[in-house]
Amino acid sequence: MPPEVVLAIFLLPFLSFVIISFIIRPLLSHRSQISGYVTIAAIGTSLLLSVLVLTEVISAEGHVLSMPDYEWLAIGDITIHIGVTVDSLSAVMLIVVTSVSLLVQIYSQGYMRGDPGYSRYFAFMSLFTGSMLGLVLADNLLFLFLFWEGVGLCSYLLIGFWFHKPEAARAAMKAFLVTRLGDFGFLAAILFLYTKTGTFDIGELQHLALAGAIGSTALTWAAIGIFSGAVGKSAQFPLHTWLPDAMEGPTPVSALIHAATMVAAGVYLVARMFPVFASSSEAITTVAIIGGFTAIFAASMGLVMNDIKRVLAYSTISQLGYMMLGLGAVGVAVASGAIPLEHGLALGVAVGIFHLFSHAFFKSLLFLGAGSVNHATGTFDIREMGGLRKAMPWTFGTFLIASLSLAGIWPLAGFWSKEGILAHAWESTPILFYLAMITVFMTAFYMFRVVFLTFGGEYRGQSQGSHGLHESPLVMIGPMVLLAILSVAAGWFPISEFLGGESHSFFGALAHPLAWASLVLAGGGILLAYAIYSRKWLSAESLRRAFAPLYTLFARKYWLDELYERVFVVRILIDGIFAALHWFDDHIVDGAVNGIAGGTVAVGRVVRKAETGQLQAYGLAIFIGILAIIACLFIFS
Amino acid sequence: MAIGLEHFLILSAILFSIGLYGALAKRNAVVILMSIEIMLNAVNIAMVAFWHYSAPMLMTGQIFVIFIMVVAAAEAAVGLALIIAIYRSRDTVDAEKFNLMKW
Amino acid sequence: MAIQVAFWVLAAVIVGAALAVVLQRNIFRAALFLVLCFFTVAGIYVVLSADFLAGAQVLIYVGAIGVLIIFAIMLTRETQRGSPSGRLRLPALLVGLLFLATMVFVIVSTDWHVVAEIPTEPTTSAIAQALFSGEEGFVLAFEIAAALLLAAIIGAIVLVREK
Repeated sequence: MPPEVVLAIFLLPFLSFVIISFIIRPLLSHRSQISGYVTIAAIGTSLLLSVLVLTEVISAEGHVLSMPDYEWLAIGDITIHIGVTVDSLSAVMLIVVTSVSLLVQIYSQGYMRGDPGYSRYFAFMSLFTGSMLGLVLADNLLFLFLFWEGVGLCSYLLIGFWFHKPEAARAAMKAFLVTRLGDFGFLAAILFLYTKTGTFDIGELQHLALAGAIGSTALTWAAIGIFSGAVGKSAQFPLHTWLPDAMEGPTPVSALIHAATMVAAGVYLVARMFPVFASSSEAITTVAIIGGFTAIFAASMGLVMNDIKRVLAYSTISQLGYMMLGLGAVGVAVASGAIPLEHGLALGVAVGIFHLFSHAFFKSLLFLGAGSVNHATGTFDIREMGGLRKAMPWTFGTFLIASLSLAGIWPLAGFWSKEGILAHAWESTPILFYLAMITVFMTAFYMFRVVFLTFGGEYRGQSQGSHGLHESPLVMIGPMVLLAILSVAAGWFPISEFLGGESHSFFGALAHPLAWASLVLAGGGILLAYAIYSRKWLSAESLRRAFAPLYTLFARKYWLDELYERVFVVRILIDGIFAALHWFDDHIVDGAVNGIAGGTVAVGRVVRKAETGQLQAYGLAIFIGILAIIACLFIFS
Repeated sequence: MAIGLEHFLILSAILFSIGLYGALAKRNAVVILMSIEIMLNAVNIAMVAFWHYSAPMLMTGQIFVIFIMVVAAAEAAVGLALIIAIYRSRDTVDAEKFNLMKW
Repeated sequence: MAIQVAFWVLAAVIVGAALAVVLQRNIFRAALFLVLCFFTVAGIYVVLSADFLAGAQVLIYVGAIGVLIIFAIMLTRETQRGSPSGRLRLPALLVGLLFLATMVFVIVSTDWHVVAEIPTEPTTSAIAQALFSGEEGFVLAFEIAAALLLAAIIGAIVLVREK
C-alpha cells in the first residue's frame, strides 16, 4: 500500500476546498451546484480509498500497516517528524468519517438548494472532512492538535453559517470559546509531555507510558490535560453548554459534525492515547466518572426540550458520555489489574469505538430526519407537529429505525454497542452502571416522546411549509435509507474483534441477564412515552405540575448557562479581573510612561535655568570645571 | 631671605586670582576687560620669572612674553570696539543685561 | 638686599593696585589704578633683568592699552552705575580663592629646576637675534603676529564705524 494512497485520503477533501474557494466561488458563482459535485467526488474517492485501506489492514499482521516518517522541522536539536498511523483504529474511523460525510453531502444537495451561501457551505464541509481525516491519521500529537483546531474552526464557520442571524453568530462564538478552554489543557498537556519525554510521537509516548518511564504524577496531569481537550470537544460536563446552542447551524452540519464525527474526536483521542490513560488510575477513573455522570445529566435535560434538534443534541452528549464510560470502565479494570494489560488496552478501545461507530450512523440519521421534517413543516418545534407519518412515510420509517437503535433494541446496532459498555461498567464501576441503566430508560423515553409527538396523532401546526406537507426529494431520502440500513446492520460487522475486543454471538447475547435488564428498561421507556403522548392515559400536563421543581431544573439546563455567563464571565472575569487589569493599565503602565515624560520635562525645566546666556556664569562654570580637573589629577595620581 | 622663583610665581598666582575675580564678578564690561588685562600681566610675570631662573641663555621666555603682549593689545582693541558697538545699540554695558548666548 | 626691598615694595603695589581695580566703584579711578599696575609690572621686569620687556610693557600697555581703556570708559559712560559688583560675586570669590590655594600648593610643592647663572647683559640684541633668525628663530610667528594685528585693526574699525 503506497503511502500516497493514505495521504490522498485526507488531501482530496482539502483539494476540493481549494478548488471551491479559489476557482468556483470567484469565477463560477452562477453555477454553484458544481461545488456540491466536486465535494461529493472528492469524498467519494476518499471513501473508496478508505475501504481499500481497510481491506489491507484486515489482512495485515497485527492489523497495522507501517508508514514512513518524514522529518518536518529541525530547530537546533529539536526535530519534529510527521507521518500517518494506519492501524485498526484509524481504519475504522476513516470508514465512519468518509461514509457519513458522503451521505450528508448528498443530502445537503437537496437541503441547501437555493441558499445563497451554497458554495461556501461545501467549501467548509470539504475543509472539515479533510481536517477530520487528518486528525484520525496523524501519528504525532502536534499534528493531531493542528487538525483538532482545524475541525474546531470549521465547526465555528458552519455553526455561524447563517451569520446574519445573531443567535447563530453567538452560538458559533460560544462553541469556539468553550472548546478553547478544553484545548488549553490539551496543549499544556502536549507540551508538558514533550518536556518530559522529548517526543510528540504517539507511538513512542504509549511505549514510554507503559514502561513506566514517565513519573506517575506527571502522567496523571498529562492525561487529565489531554482529557480536558476531549471534554471540550465531546461536550462532556462541564464544557457541554455549547452543543445545544450549536444547533443554530444547518441541520446537515449538526448531523455530520455535532453527531457523528467532530464530537467523536474527543472519544477518538482518549482511545488513541488509551495506554497513557490506563497507566494512571486517577485519570482513567476521572474519565469514567465524567462520562457516566454526563450520560444521565444530559439525558435528564433531553426529557423536557421541545425542539427536536435540542433533544438530539442532549442525546448526543449523553451517548458520548456512554462512550467515555466504556473507555473508562475498561481502563479502571486494567489499572487495577483485573484485566491483563495487553488484552485490556485493545478491549477498551474496542468498547468505546464500537459505540462511536454505531452511534455515528443512527444519530446522523436522526438529524437528517429532523431536517427532512423541517423541510416540510418549516419548524423544529414538536408541539407544532403531529401526524406526519401519513405525509412522510419514508422519513417516519427511517427515524423510527434510528430511534429503536438508539434505545438499544435487539438486534439493531445500538443494542450491541451499548451492551458492551454496560457489561464492563457492571464489572468495574457499579455506581456508574446504575446511573447508566437509568439513562437507558430516559433515552428510550425522550426519543419516543419525540417520535410520538412528531409522527403520531394529528397535525397540530399552522404553517404548511414551502411545499405543503409532503415527503422530501430522493436526494435527501436516499442517504437516509442507506443510514437506516447501516443503523440496523452495523452491529453485525465484527468491529469489536477487529479492534481487539470480544466477539458476540447473534443470539447468545440474549442469554445474559444484563441484556434482558436493559431491554426491559428500554421497553419501559417506550411504553411510558406511548402512554403519555400517544394514548394519553396519563396527562403530560399533570405530570409536569407534579414534578414542577424537577421540570424547571431540567428545562433551565440546571442554570449552568446562567452560571457560566452571568457569574463567571460578567462578575468574576469582566468586573473583577479585567477591571483590575484595566485599572493597572490606565494608572500604572500609563502612569509610568506619563511619569517618565513628565519627569523629563521637569528635569528639562530645571536644567534650563543653567543656560542663562550670561558670559560670566559660563566663565564661572569653566573655572569650576578646571578646579575639578586639577583636583582629580591630584587625587588619582 | 633670597628672592626665589617661588616668590614671583606666587605673585603671579595672586594677580591671576584677582583678575579672575574681577572677570567673573563685575558688571561693567570695560572692567571685565581690565581684569582680563590683569590676568595677562600675571602670566607675563610668570613667564619672565621662568626665563630668569630656569633658562636665561635662551630668549624663548621673553619672546613668548612679546607675543602675549601683541595678542593682548589686539584683543583689547577688538574687545573695546565690541563694547562700544554694543553700547551704541543697547545703550548699556551691563554684562548682566547681555543674555543672548543661549540657543 | 636691594633686590629684595624692591621686590617686596613692587609686589605690594601691584597687588594693591589690582585689588583697587577690581573693588573700586568709580570706574575712572579703576582705570588709573590699572595704569599704576602696569607701571609696577614694568618695574618687576627690571628686577628680573628683562630690560627690553620693561620698556615694551610701558609702551604697549600703558601707552596704548591704558589709553584705549580710558577712551572706552569715556565713550560708554554710565555715571549712575559705575562699576558695581555682579550677582556672582560670592561664587567668584570662592572660585578665586580656591584657585589661588591650588596654585600656591602646586608652586610650593614642585621642585623647580633653577639655574645658577644670572643674566647680566642687555637683552635687546639677543631678543632680536632670537626673533629674526631663520632656523632657531621665531620669524614665522613674527609674521603671523603682524597679520593678526592687521586683522585686529580692520576688525576694530569695522565694528566701530558709524553707519
